[in-house]
Parts: sequence; C-alpha cells; structure tokens
Amino acid sequence: MISQRTIESFVGLFLFGALLALIVLAFKVSGLTTIFKSDGYYVTAAFDDIGQLKVRSAVKIGGVTVGEVSNIKLDPTTFKAVVHMNIKSHVNDIPADSTASILTAGLLGDNYIAISPMYSNEFLKNNSEIQETHSAMILEKLIGQLLFKINNSSKTTAENEGVKS
Amino acid sequence: MMSYVQSLGRSGMQILRDYGRAGLLLYRAIVHVPNVRKGFPLVVQQIYAEGVLSLLIIIVSSLFIGMVVALQGYHTLAKFGASQELGPLVALSVARELGPVVTALLFAGRAGSALTAEIGLMKATEQLSSMEMMAVDPIYRVISPRLWGGFISLPMLTLIFNAMAIYGAYLVGVKWLGIDAGSFWSNMQSSVDFHGDILNGIYKSIVFGIVVTWISVYQGYDAVPTSAGIANATTRSVVYSSLAVLGLDFVLTAMMIGGW
Repeated sequence: MISQRTIESFVGLFLFGALLALIVLAFKVSGLTTIFKSDGYYVTAAFDDIGQLKVRSAVKIGGVTVGEVSNIKLDPTTFKAVVHMNIKSHVNDIPADSTASILTAGLLGDNYIAISPMYSNEFLKNNSEIQETHSAMILEKLIGQLLFKINNSSKTTAENEGVKS
Repeated sequence: MMSYVQSLGRSGMQILRDYGRAGLLLYRAIVHVPNVRKGFPLVVQQIYAEGVLSLLIIIVSSLFIGMVVALQGYHTLAKFGASQELGPLVALSVARELGPVVTALLFAGRAGSALTAEIGLMKATEQLSSMEMMAVDPIYRVISPRLWGGFISLPMLTLIFNAMAIYGAYLVGVKWLGIDAGSFWSNMQSSVDFHGDILNGIYKSIVFGIVVTWISVYQGYDAVPTSAGIANATTRSVVYSSLAVLGLDFVLTAMMIGGW
C-alpha cells in the first residue's frame, strides 16, 4: 500500500505535466505568443515586398540555416516591410554590407531570407540594418511580365514581317 | 405476433429504466458533494489510479502515433512537393481528432474496465451493502471519487497525449526525415489556432471523460453480482464506452465545424 503522501505527490506531478503540455500546445504548437526568446542578435532589413514570408521563416547563408524571422512590421512612412531577424549568436561575422533577398524553396515551397555575404571588414551587430535588399519574386507578377513581353515581341515581329512583305 | 411486440416493449422499458438509473447515479454522485475535506483525498487517490497509472500507455502510444502519422504524412505530402506542411498536418489531426479519441479509447480500456471490475466485485462481495450497514453512503465513498477522478484525469491525459504525439512527429519529421525545424514549427503555428483547434480538442476530451467514466461506473454499480455478471459488465463497459466515444466524436465535430 502506497502512502497518501506519495500518491499526492504523483498526482501533483501528473497535473504539473498536463499543465506543461498545455503550455507547450499553446505557445509552441499554436503560436499564441513567443515567450521563449532564443539567444542571438537581431538584425533588421526593409523589403519592398515580402511575398509569403512569415514569422519564424528561416534565415540562410549559402543554404545553411543561421537564424529565423522574429517579427515583421510595416514602416508607416516608407511603406516597406521591416523584417526583424534573429541570427544565432555563433554566426557573428557576417559582413555589414551583405545583401538580403527573399527566395522560395522549390516552386511552391516556403519563402526564406538568403543573406549573401560581401567583403566589408565590419560585421553585422545587434540592431544593425541590412541596407541592400531584394524583394520576393511574386509568381503572378512574373507571369504578367512574361505575357507582356510575349505580346510585345509577337507584335513587333508581326510589324517587322508586315514591313518586309 | 403480439408476443414480439410485447418483448420489444419490455426491452424498450428496460433500456429506459437503465438510462434512468444511470442518470440518477450520476446526479446523486455529482450534485451532493458532502464534505470537501474528506472527499478530496479520495479523489486524489482515484486520479492516481486512473490518471497517473495510465500515463505509461498514453505516453508510449502517443509517441508512436505521432511518429507514424508523420511518416505516412511525409511520404504522401512529398508526392505533391508539400512536405513542408507536415507540421500542420500532424498538429491538426492530433489536436482535433486523434488526441481526444485515442486517449478516450485507451482510457476506456485501461481505467474504465478496472473501474467496472472493482465496483462490480465490491458489489458481488457485498462491500457496498456493508458500507450501507455502517451508515456510509457508498455513492459518496466509492462512486463519487471515481467519477471525479475520471473527469479530471482524461483531459489531463489528452493534453499530455497531444504534446507527446507532436514531439514524436518532430522526432521523425525533423530529426530523421530532415524537414527544416523552423518551417516545421512556423507552418504549424500559422495554421493551428489555439481556440479553434486545441481548446475544441480539450472540450471533446472533457465530454469523453464524463461519458467514459459514467458508463464504466454505472456498469460496475449495476452489474449482476456473480463472476459471470462482472465479466459481462466489464465487456459492456469497454464496448459501450468505445462506441459512445466514436459516435459522440462525430456529433461534436459536426457541432464544432458547423459553429454550434
């Protein structure tokens, strides 16, 4: 026969475990808020168009994940999307003049930020801003441009042929 | 001809009488909470017997269910080039359906059958009658703590099941199949809603907890006091609980999707 005291402590542990599971479900799975801040430093970059970039999207250098997007805001004066990135603290030697671009993993995959390192001797620090950015490729815009070009080129070839004949 | 109609009527009345007795039992056990200071340790003991001792089977099966859903889902999603969406797939199916339903089924098999057998044996060996002889109401001393223990344990077990299943999916998806951990969690967080998905799953598990415990306790309390009667009651308690869980799950899902 186990004593009441042992039983009570097991039940306490059980309820504590269930509470822990609820906290995990709330914050980690449904993303209620982000309380658990990982260590690292924060870098911002302003993009014209971020496409489908989301909070917690990956930040990569040369395909290797070095951090994640922590926050996305709209700058009210320039109407650019200001993306806050949290870079892991051991990646502390990214040149300050690097460029950030938003790419897509595969044709339909997630958007992520790719940082291409440049050659400056100064490194990105906490709260520094990446100046040079390239916006996300929006598939609809690309198709629109493509159709426009095809139309134009067919017109010009038709005109040229008309001139020839 | 008339005898068939008569037997149909008799069985109908019998069923109604059973429901009535079960309802009275639930009412008497829940509405009259006699003495919190004396009743609380009994409830704690029952949470230990029904909840803590069920943890092992719940944790092991949830890990494996999460892992197998992730494995199956990954290979299906990879055909469409959407393996990034593994996180939402697992989290939504576990939090909405698998978590509450599988936990309730396991609980019916692990704890519900034990409740029925225990109460049935108490009845068969006339422990319940001897309590009445000592002016101890067996409803308060035996039934009520078991009901409350089940009501509290099953939602807690469901929470643990959900978290462990998603951890199992994380192990397979991220650690083994090599999905990026950031996109696993971020896609999950962007498509799982706390109120719409996780809380609705918990509401389901609260309903299942009430139904499974109620059926198990009633089957034990109403068992024919012989060894064959207890065996029948235990079988019925598992079968009825499982059927009630699966049927109610459909009704509750329809209500939740239809916005009540």
